[in-house]
Amino acid sequence: MKNFKILALALATIVSFSSCSDDDSVAAPVNEEEVLTTITATFTPATGGTPIVLMSRDLDGEGPAAPVVTVSGNFTAGSDYTGAVTFLNETTTPVTNTTLEIQEESLDHQLFFQQSGLGIFAYADRDANDHPIGLSFTYKAAAASARGNLTITLRHLPNKSGANVSAGDITNAGGGTDAEVTFPVVVQ
Amino acid sequence: MRIYFTLLLITAGSWCTYAQNTSSGKVTTTQGQPLDGAHIHIDDLHAMTLPDGSYTLPGIPAGNHRVVVSFIGYKSMDTLVDIYHNLTLNVVLKPTSTQLQEVVLTENVSAKSTTHEQKLKTETLEKYSNASLGDALKEIAGVSAVKMGSTIVKPVINGLHSSRVPIVSNNVRMEDQQWGTEHAPNLDINAAGKVSVIKGASALQYGGDAVGGLVLVEPLTVLKDTLFGRTILTGDSNGRGGSVTSSLHQGAEKGWAWNAAGTFKYYGDRESPNYVLSNTGNREANFAGDVKYIGSNYDLTAYYSFYNATIGIAEATHTGSTSDLVRAINSREPNVVRPFTYKIGAPRQEIQHHLAKINFNKKIDDNTSLAVQYAFQLNKREEYDLRRADLINKPALDLTLATHSVNADWKQINGNATIKAGLSGLMQHNEASPYTGVRPLIPTYERYDVGAYGIYSYAFSNTLTADAGVRYDFSHIQASKYYQITRWQDLGYVGVYDKFIIQDFGTQYFTKPTFTYHNVSASLGIRKELNGNLSLLANAALTMRNPNAAELFSDGLNHTNATIELGNLGNKKEEAIKVSATLLKTGKVFSFEATPYINRINNFIYLQPGQAEATNRGTFPVFRYKQTDAFMAGLDLHADWNITNRFKYIFSGAYVYGQNTAENLPLIDMPPVNISNTIRFTKTEWNSFFAELRSEAVFTQTRYPDYNFNANVLVNNEFVSTLTDISTAPKGYHLLHFTTGMQFKTGKSLIAVNFSVNNIFNIAYRDYLNRQRLYTDEPGRNFQLQLKFNY
Repeated sequence: MKNFKILALALATIVSFSSCSDDDSVAAPVNEEEVLTTITATFTPATGGTPIVLMSRDLDGEGPAAPVVTVSGNFTAGSDYTGAVTFLNETTTPVTNTTLEIQEESLDHQLFFQQSGLGIFAYADRDANDHPIGLSFTYKAAAASARGNLTITLRHLPNKSGANVSAGDITNAGGGTDAEVTFPVVVQ
Repeated sequence: MRIYFTLLLITAGSWCTYAQNTSSGKVTTTQGQPLDGAHIHIDDLHAMTLPDGSYTLPGIPAGNHRVVVSFIGYKSMDTLVDIYHNLTLNVVLKPTSTQLQEVVLTENVSAKSTTHEQKLKTETLEKYSNASLGDALKEIAGVSAVKMGSTIVKPVINGLHSSRVPIVSNNVRMEDQQWGTEHAPNLDINAAGKVSVIKGASALQYGGDAVGGLVLVEPLTVLKDTLFGRTILTGDSNGRGGSVTSSLHQGAEKGWAWNAAGTFKYYGDRESPNYVLSNTGNREANFAGDVKYIGSNYDLTAYYSFYNATIGIAEATHTGSTSDLVRAINSREPNVVRPFTYKIGAPRQEIQHHLAKINFNKKIDDNTSLAVQYAFQLNKREEYDLRRADLINKPALDLTLATHSVNADWKQINGNATIKAGLSGLMQHNEASPYTGVRPLIPTYERYDVGAYGIYSYAFSNTLTADAGVRYDFSHIQASKYYQITRWQDLGYVGVYDKFIIQDFGTQYFTKPTFTYHNVSASLGIRKELNGNLSLLANAALTMRNPNAAELFSDGLNHTNATIELGNLGNKKEEAIKVSATLLKTGKVFSFEATPYINRINNFIYLQPGQAEATNRGTFPVFRYKQTDAFMAGLDLHADWNITNRFKYIFSGAYVYGQNTAENLPLIDMPPVNISNTIRFTKTEWNSFFAELRSEAVFTQTRYPDYNFNANVLVNNEFVSTLTDISTAPKGYHLLHFTTGMQFKTGKSLIAVNFSVNNIFNIAYRDYLNRQRLYTDEPGRNFQLQLKFNY
């Protein structure tokens, strides 16, 4: 089958050579299937109210433009939030919701929340091996006012049973980085 | 009426006590008449037959030799013979059909080549039967290897490689996406009968762009009218695998001749001294064969070869972003180490290369010949990466390169002069599949080349030859490529290359960048034979090399290196002037060759690591193809010394200095000083026993440019700006290798058994020219057993 394909290609090449090359025919653009253009973390206050949305949007994917980072508001000191992270690929039509793929392959993925002094993050979902995933989480904002960076990282094929990895420490997680975005966060 | 000259008998004579062998025998006509005064040449040694047709030629070192027996009015015999014992070689010569119409005795001296071809011995080729061409070529002084892991190996000649070192296989220039360091030559070393390196860059017949040099690979052919077979079985401890290669050769002086060779390799993960290099297994299944019809003054050959390889890339080299890269560099250990397995997962390369050709050689008269060739090459490259979900079964890069080429070469010997001239044409189409789900690093493109050359050689005397050549090349390339508009702006193309834009898709442009080149290259050479077996060769060459598809169009993330690679439409052609000289001494006891050279390259294109770009995956270092002016100078040394009849010492060493003269920086990726010392013991009486100890010393490269950059890396669960040291060359290393072997004759066949240990002390090291040096050590000790059958 493979050889047949190659033969067919060889023939096609010969044919294409005999046609004029200088035409203006337009080849199909590549459907970039893996790019994560839009990473959104939504923090809903436990007591209800307007969610705080952190978004990193990079419509040229691996192109030179840097991601556009937006934070919709400030966190309230001492408050509890339930959080969810979603991943979209907006280069495709229709837009691909990669969150579902990550959920399906939860054994091979884990999210990490790195910050210091902003409060406490805890995983609220588990994979089949009872290891955390991180698409759902809870956040308790720091008791006093604070300001700092929150970095959300998605690792592909991490060592989920590494030391402290289940607790959210990325140090021994290994794997490859699929997403790594940083948001400026204010707690007041 | 088929057998006109026959190699009657090759029998081992009585074993004498000398390592150097004597060949003796008788030269007769087909009627059994002795030929008085026939010449027998074995390499540089020669003898003449006595009136009874007998001759004796002593002092032949053990090895594979070219034997030429000639007598005017008779067809010469020209063949390769393994000489490891004293040999009785009886030869029957057949009269030429034009039986001495006129006796030509005008004291002509024919022009000798002014370029020095450094050949790999059959023994060396067989030693690397389980490895690759790049590994074997390292045995030539001045040739090193640029690698990606341990199985993707490319030759580096005098510091240059890839597009600057064309590989010509069986007179066809390989078009196998040779631009990248992670693309090894797609050919099977076992199909090669002869491999030689031309450093002088004055091989205009094959192209005007060999800035670094040229590798010539020729298949094994047998001139005599016999069936000859060879099988080599190799087993290796490191990688726990082996290879088997078998070939059959039917030679003929006239009529049908054919060759067929097949190779199969199967290896699992290689192991470094401290850990398994996970996902580094490889497989190969190759075939090469030809059928030739030899007429009275012409021959016609049809040749086909197929190279099919699956190569695992160490999983540890797959990094997601700069922080992964820094983690990998600083931890000094790969982040993926699993138990040994034969399984090859991702990342991996699956490559197929087909080469089919027809060539026709015609002898127009005694002094004039014409060769015409058509070749078709189809190269299919699929690179698989660690991807999410079902995408892991879809290649991340899928390129199909189809090349048609035609050549016509004409040669005439006219007295003391030899004239060579030729025409060549090439049509090439690269198809980058859009169904990968990844923007292709190399786009779809079409290329057309036309070239013409002429070389004039003149022998002023028996000891002085000079030649001069000139070549013109036309090349036209047109790509079909999508550029993200942000990238188009970032590269500064706005207002400069607008003419290439065909359609605006909102976030990207569809473009057809088109370039045309007119190049002139030239060479001058001189060869002078001096007293005392000394020869002096000098060459000067002007070469021009067009930027390749990667240097012009690269655009995207190279996942195996976690780098964004960017070509530039503004890259101009390279122009190089290389001047080199070779001093050769050939003697029974002591031989040496020294090759100093300088190479000045304007518009030298190199891949420069640079500042990181931010994405949602984190930051990635951006490697851009830049241009500068380069100056290179170096010296290659090789010496053979037969200390006694039993002991031989071999030295090889090379130094190259490379400078980026425009920025006054050292050139990146220059091979460090390397020295190899070999001591070899031979005792012919013990079934051609030999034992060899080789020391390979590679010094630390201290001359490298600093392209380090800072990147955010996790320290105590927080990101800290950290220096990413991608520039510093690893420490030098010293390895010891041992090989021993014997040969046994059983009836008509010869069995050789070789055993070797590579990296005896299991030293952990990294090599500056290995693209994986930031991630993993090189493989450790390897025990190898090789069995060879000639029948």
